[in-house]
Amino acid sequence: MKVVYCDALVVGGGLAGLRASIACRQVGLDVIVLSLVPVRRSHSAAAQGGMQASLGNAKMSEGDNEDLHFLDTVKGSDWGCDQQVARMFVTTAPKAIRELANWGVPWTRIKKGDRPAVINGEHVTITEREDRHGYILSRDFGGTKKWRTCFTADATGHTMLYAVANEALHHKVKIEDRKEMIALIHHGGKCYGAVVRDLITGEIVGYVSKGTLLATGGYGRVYKHTTNAVICDGVGIATALETGVAKLGNMEAVQFHPTALVPSGILMTEGCRGDGGILRDKFGRRFMPAYEPEKKELASRDVVSRRILEHIKRGYGANSPYGDHVWLDIAILGRAHVEKNLRDVHEIAETFAGVDAADDSLETEENLKGMPTDEPDFGPGAPKQKGWVPIKPMQHYSMGGLRTDYKGHSHLKGLFCAGEAACWDLHGFNRLGGNSVSEAVVAGMIIGDYFAAYCKSAELDISTHIVEQFIQKSHEHIQELLHNDGKENVYEIRERMREIMDEKVGVFREGHTLEAAVNELEELYKRSKHIHVKNKKTHNNPELEDAYRTQKMLKIALCIAKGALDRTESRGAHTRLDHPKRDDANWLNRTLASWPDPNQTLPTLEYEPLDIMKMELSPDFRGYGAKGNFIPHPLKEQRDAEIKEITERIQAQGGDRYDLQEALMPFDLQPKYKARNVRLDDQRQGE
Amino acid sequence: MGRQITIRALKFDPQSAVSKPHFKDYQLEEIPSMTLFIALGMIREQLDPDLSFDFVCRAGICGSCAMMINGRPRLACKTLTSSFSENVITLMPMPSFPLIKDLSVNTGEWFAGMNARVESWAHHKKEVDITKPEERVDPDEAQSVFELDRCIECGCCIAACGTKLMRENFIGAAGMNRAMRFLIDSHDERSDDDFYELVGDDDGVFGCMSLIGCHDTCPKQIPLQGTLAQLRNKMVKVGKAR
Repeated sequence: MKVVYCDALVVGGGLAGLRASIACRQVGLDVIVLSLVPVRRSHSAAAQGGMQASLGNAKMSEGDNEDLHFLDTVKGSDWGCDQQVARMFVTTAPKAIRELANWGVPWTRIKKGDRPAVINGEHVTITEREDRHGYILSRDFGGTKKWRTCFTADATGHTMLYAVANEALHHKVKIEDRKEMIALIHHGGKCYGAVVRDLITGEIVGYVSKGTLLATGGYGRVYKHTTNAVICDGVGIATALETGVAKLGNMEAVQFHPTALVPSGILMTEGCRGDGGILRDKFGRRFMPAYEPEKKELASRDVVSRRILEHIKRGYGANSPYGDHVWLDIAILGRAHVEKNLRDVHEIAETFAGVDAADDSLETEENLKGMPTDEPDFGPGAPKQKGWVPIKPMQHYSMGGLRTDYKGHSHLKGLFCAGEAACWDLHGFNRLGGNSVSEAVVAGMIIGDYFAAYCKSAELDISTHIVEQFIQKSHEHIQELLHNDGKENVYEIRERMREIMDEKVGVFREGHTLEAAVNELEELYKRSKHIHVKNKKTHNNPELEDAYRTQKMLKIALCIAKGALDRTESRGAHTRLDHPKRDDANWLNRTLASWPDPNQTLPTLEYEPLDIMKMELSPDFRGYGAKGNFIPHPLKEQRDAEIKEITERIQAQGGDRYDLQEALMPFDLQPKYKARNVRLDDQRQGE
Repeated sequence: MGRQITIRALKFDPQSAVSKPHFKDYQLEEIPSMTLFIALGMIREQLDPDLSFDFVCRAGICGSCAMMINGRPRLACKTLTSSFSENVITLMPMPSFPLIKDLSVNTGEWFAGMNARVESWAHHKKEVDITKPEERVDPDEAQSVFELDRCIECGCCIAACGTKLMRENFIGAAGMNRAMRFLIDSHDERSDDDFYELVGDDDGVFGCMSLIGCHDTCPKQIPLQGTLAQLRNKMVKVGKAR
């Protein structure tokens, strides 16, 4: 049996994993990064919009700081996040972006003078100061008080990932691609590395390490319709779940994006609607004003997603071989606008849907047939134009993941987790746009550093006998998949799982459908033990890989569905039709899912309370939907009084915002990252 | 009913003692907006679970799925079946990369070697304090670096390169483009002379025969023709001065 030894094992070669591996090299550790694909191909590359960091450089970003970024993030999370983690994050993000700039990310920079922009549908001119010329520019994103999203055109994730991968090369990080973790090696509550399968040769090797860090990304592929890359299947954290010791947090917290292209699932940016694009149903009616008279198409992401699906459920979606959808009409903006301001959207629609999104010429009037005449609220019908783009809400982001403490350490000693795979828990029940790539790289710095410190001090006190047992067990599992007498087809099971997740554990959730989902998924899970793999090769066998992955994905699906069934409230992206209020009295907590007995067919759920008495911001109205749509926590008044008292005291003492923050909620962070961020304004005042 | 199309794919498993390269035909009914990502997915799930190919982002961003499509290197995820009027679409793995199996080639190893060779990171000796404002960069410089930094390492330029077929260690357009990206980036303190050490030979800029297949096939439309000419020009000057 082949065994490889190292100080630190990192599973996952995206932004979080690579940045953490650099932290390991900086203290001289022998680190190996395992990746399913060549590292620069990870899903981190797909982030287009940008990275949030409160630099406050540009005109529309003036006055931005950590406090505002913190406020936006906590509100965005619907008070489900760990506020100390949010503080760690917002304090480190400006340093992360400056480090990346130094590593060569070609951030879009400020150009002095006037530039045109569209704000609230109005054409305006923004004037940038001369002394800001050449510093990093930020753009606007939903849910933020300032323009805080730093970017490189529409390829932010790509340039960030390449810079970090380049730096990993510079630091001589050992990277092995086309390698898949299939089990974790653990003993006595401690993790000692992983059993790894070579995806080219099929060889199974033990990687023994002092510490292991998972940075394996999200789990969007348990849904049929998702914006996620095909490698985002959640198998990494499912493998952690299978240890029986590690626990998954808030798996039911799944974000959906309203305008994903049908069928590919590629995002059509929110900018389409921001610029004035509208949504139409199969009769060409603009239906959003009927549901959301005030904000119409520009209501928040979760609201628009819910309305689109509600409308499709009424039977007003357009039919396609890929299911019912609605139309995004940006041709209404005129060809000049689309080709200039929505260039990439135009290209994506052309390539992936074969639609020229700027084409407002008539395609057919057939679509008007059968339009109900007694529904004036939904507006007049319109004949189908060639440029309408098929879209519908799809799974987008995984707020849940492997539960860790603020240092990124899981319930299994020696096992760490960072990035989208983790429930660290920065995002609570809803993530703010621009906070995902930002989290990936910031967590890679902070958690990577804690992880490296752990690996430096840990000892490899495990017998080779135990390591060999784990390798043997994985080997037997592969043989069992290849040579059992089962009859089940892996693709039928996987497809049905994905349909159930879309239909019953999607944007809208309800007790009885969730119960049906859990039952059916449990049945599928039992069936998955009898998958028959036709292809008997042990090397390079995609069917075999899909078989063992599907077994693990079903566990993830069950954690999501069961978590959603038991959480009888609505918080952030988790919307229960039968429990519409956010219920802080009963649900100000985090769901923990575990799988202690390999023979059980459902996860074990327990709950970890969020301590309201330690919060810097007590749970409050989030700013949309009906006001007062939450049941307050019994200690809210007490905490509010405390916050008021502390604030008054610090102000009376002449303390600044840092003193106040420290008094309200002290938090731990490495001194190099906790150091105050200097901004251009501070410098000017100091001069 | 959509038209009937045939996907004709090369099958070969170099790790098998009995496998021989051959084409296999798969009949499918074309559906609207069908890309080769969708078509190959259907083939694996319904017709042949043993067919190997690579996809990750399926959105033209990650560079995993480059293959020879009707004789030309392209990204399979971005290619619509409807873009071909003929009913047969022939798929082959890209040349110049080690074959893994069927349509899957090992681009990772090649690009890792290229990155190591051009020392693909910003070289500088400054100690930078990340609590302080970043260095200023001219917006136009940032834009020019970005234009070249968009390379997704898909390998189309290598597969389309005549020189690479004859010269095993040729660095290709992707490598020269990467060198140029750092040469114009003010965060990198390397001189033209330093880059000459890396790419100033027949396996680098002086091996290029200027067939410009790279420029014609780059799916990101990176201006490779001009970039390569510019780099070669700089390297010739260094060479002459020596």
